[in-house]
Amino acid sequence: MRLGLAMAGLLLAVGLVMPLAVLLARAFQGPNGEFIGLAYFVTYASTPALLRSAWNSLWTGALTTAIVLPIAFTFAYGITRSRLPGRGLFRAVMLIPILAPSLLPALSLIYLFGNQGLFRFMLPADGSIYGPAGIVVAQCIYTFPHAAIILSVALGMADARLFEAAETLKASRFRIFLDVTLPAARYGLVSATVVVFTLAVTDFGIPKVIGGQFPVLATDVYKQVIGQQNFSMGAVVAIVLLLPALFSFFAERWAQRRQSASISGRAVLYRAKPRAARDMPLLLICLAVAAVLLGMVGMAGWGSLIRFWPYNMTLTLSNYDFARFDSDGWGSLQTSAAMGAWTALIGTPLVFVVAYLLERGARPGALSGFVRVAAIAPLAVPGLVLGLAYILFFNHPANPFGFIYGTMAILVLNCVIHFYTVAHLTAVTAIRQLDPEFEAVGASLRVPRWRTFLRVTVPISLPAILDIAVYLFVNAMTTVSAVVFLYGSGSKPASVAVVQMDEAGQVAAAAAMACVILAITATVKLAQLGVSLSLGRGWRPA
Amino acid sequence: MDAPLRRQVRATVSSAKPYLRIEGVGRDFGLFTALRDVDIGVAKGEFLCLLGPSGCGKTTLLRTIAGLDVPTRGEIFQDGKLITDLPPSQRDFGIVFQSYALFPNLTVAANVGYGLRGKAWPKARAAARVTELLELVGLPTLAQRYPAQISGGQQQRVALARALANEPGLLLLDEPLSALDAIVRLHLRSELRALQRRLGVTTVMVTHDQEEALSLADRVAVMDRGRVMQIGTPQEIYERPANAFVASFVGRSASFPASASAGGLLLAGGRRLPAFAATALPDGMPVRAFIRPEDVAFGEGAASLPAELRGIEFLGSVCRLDLDAGGLPLQAEMTPHALCGLAIGAMLSVTLPPEKLMVFPLDG
Repeated sequence: MRLGLAMAGLLLAVGLVMPLAVLLARAFQGPNGEFIGLAYFVTYASTPALLRSAWNSLWTGALTTAIVLPIAFTFAYGITRSRLPGRGLFRAVMLIPILAPSLLPALSLIYLFGNQGLFRFMLPADGSIYGPAGIVVAQCIYTFPHAAIILSVALGMADARLFEAAETLKASRFRIFLDVTLPAARYGLVSATVVVFTLAVTDFGIPKVIGGQFPVLATDVYKQVIGQQNFSMGAVVAIVLLLPALFSFFAERWAQRRQSASISGRAVLYRAKPRAARDMPLLLICLAVAAVLLGMVGMAGWGSLIRFWPYNMTLTLSNYDFARFDSDGWGSLQTSAAMGAWTALIGTPLVFVVAYLLERGARPGALSGFVRVAAIAPLAVPGLVLGLAYILFFNHPANPFGFIYGTMAILVLNCVIHFYTVAHLTAVTAIRQLDPEFEAVGASLRVPRWRTFLRVTVPISLPAILDIAVYLFVNAMTTVSAVVFLYGSGSKPASVAVVQMDEAGQVAAAAAMACVILAITATVKLAQLGVSLSLGRGWRPA
Repeated sequence: MDAPLRRQVRATVSSAKPYLRIEGVGRDFGLFTALRDVDIGVAKGEFLCLLGPSGCGKTTLLRTIAGLDVPTRGEIFQDGKLITDLPPSQRDFGIVFQSYALFPNLTVAANVGYGLRGKAWPKARAAARVTELLELVGLPTLAQRYPAQISGGQQQRVALARALANEPGLLLLDEPLSALDAIVRLHLRSELRALQRRLGVTTVMVTHDQEEALSLADRVAVMDRGRVMQIGTPQEIYERPANAFVASFVGRSASFPASASAGGLLLAGGRRLPAFAATALPDGMPVRAFIRPEDVAFGEGAASLPAELRGIEFLGSVCRLDLDAGGLPLQAEMTPHALCGLAIGAMLSVTLPPEKLMVFPLDG
């Protein structure tokens, strides 16, 4: 058991801690590796262009958060606390943007409001979708599902007895909302704010595609590293990018500590009664949101089928002949699918076993403490930062692991680490729900621990394990930010191909490939739903 | 042989040759001491209950016996073998937890047969043993059900069958009945006792329910704040509590402060009460006296006290009376029939029999 933890610790050290340490060190080194102290930071602080992009990231992130949060809250309220029809359908539609690369809404916006867009006439003559407007709108769509999921979980668990108590005390509906509903969702609100802001500030795909000449932190890192090959300045910008993410991370931890368990074991689950005055407006809002989300996907899908927007609007499949636009052709989709599959295949057992060892059996000590922290830390590390750290660490001539640079292995390692935390927390939650005495019973019957793990723990946790696998697969399929630095010839992921085709002006082909990615992830997600419905039928209580 | 007598025989046997021996066991969690200097011997075939309020250390003690927790001090012997540091898998016991910890994804039969594997248990033999065990606990028809499909009482019996499957030398029960509703609990309690007697398996059970402990156990160990306050048969514990904690925790009693004085008690108002238990105590020693409701006698007598009826609680076969005897808060019992005509505020004469008064020095 200690051996297992030690291996996990080693992996997290090589895949996370050491690359980040090298990145930090690099920010203090000159072009030839000599120590130059804070020189780059001074340059950074005295370069107005760089400072402006930090400010740009900050305000677009804040604006995105301010727009998304009320909408996501209303939507989540609609699907959890009302009786509007089709709540299950709304729940499914809400997830769509998560299944697509973040670039997809940006590409749709270009079709709609770009220089040749359908609705270009609606923008003021001197306005443009390329820039902050496009970034904020696309990021609202991209971050919406994350906020809506968190808030629907927070609002989904309500104790009906509290509402009944408030009603018998003759509290008004508004007062019940303020005194019962909001406090229970407070942690969800903090958490959603933090997640949306972090995603918006650290996302790379959207500003790359629709940012135009509007610089933000994420594109700065890319420009410094890929454009100017200035790794030290890239490292400095990456550290700046790490700050809001770190701040959000600790803000969330702090909020979590203050959150007391709002639902006790004896709670009675709240079910809303039908009330037209509440349900009708909510239905309209939810329909509008769903229309926007579906419209974005539909627009990208339609655009991808058009021969030559906007001059020849006949439909064609030729944009799906990717070999015309990108040397890898459909190969990049194969690469992505393989990368996603390997990430899920390696990541899922790793994450689950490590979570099990930490929860059931690890004696408190330096090793388990390290693994515990290292499992949570990736959440605070933006993909671009991790990607840059990997270049600096694995590309270093003295690194014995250097041979994996530019191969599938480094992409998979990067994805496993990058998406480790959410998967880890899912596993921990599932394991904590198991009776703490299972292992003790197994031991008293002299059944080896691994056997009880395989015969009891794993089968009971299968839905969560499946969840983790699909989460890892979907994220590996759609990620751009980390892998954009790491692919080699023959290992270019599809999401990167989307960025490159868009850069080359092949918007239709980029949209087509984004749609194929979405089709693959959506199929996997649907398959997961089918499988989990049949899992444990019989022994699971209805 | 009637039950009380048999219990006494078992109790004497227990001191002769304990099957399970706990010697000077202590357990610290940081600065908190959960167990201190626990010495207990359990005879082969004996049923011992660990009884105490929550947080008294009874569950910690059970976990150290199971090897789920390692004592900070002291040793534990089972069947003459030192087991203090052995992991649970190398010990010889079966355990039933409060939650039962049945594996939800395995059928009742698979749960019961979970430990029946390896060379000693070829498939056919294991299957026969499972059938035998399910018959033993009265559930032969439920073998193919899943735990979520059977009632709480049935789950409890499955957990018991699973714990007994390997024929362990020691059965450990951690509040096994507390998750059940009252009627099922009473029923299972008597079943559990019958089964334990029939199999003769040495049993240690943790409970906070004194009625359960008194009715099930051959001997009871009353615990408080990590210490064993008294070990004895249920009668000894009830009739001759060793200290004020046991007197107040086990059974009902009214209590009042007094000081020892010339073979009796001197009360706050200057009154005297004869009490045999106070004879050995030095004069003037501050004490606390206890008297059980059923020991308070009614009627005029040499040492009778006038008492005012303050409250009546109807319990079916008896009524419990709250009395105030010149500042002494007392409880007494009376049949509803005898109570006829008495109303709150009525004056009664009560006697506290000197042989029934339980007297303990303060802080003792």
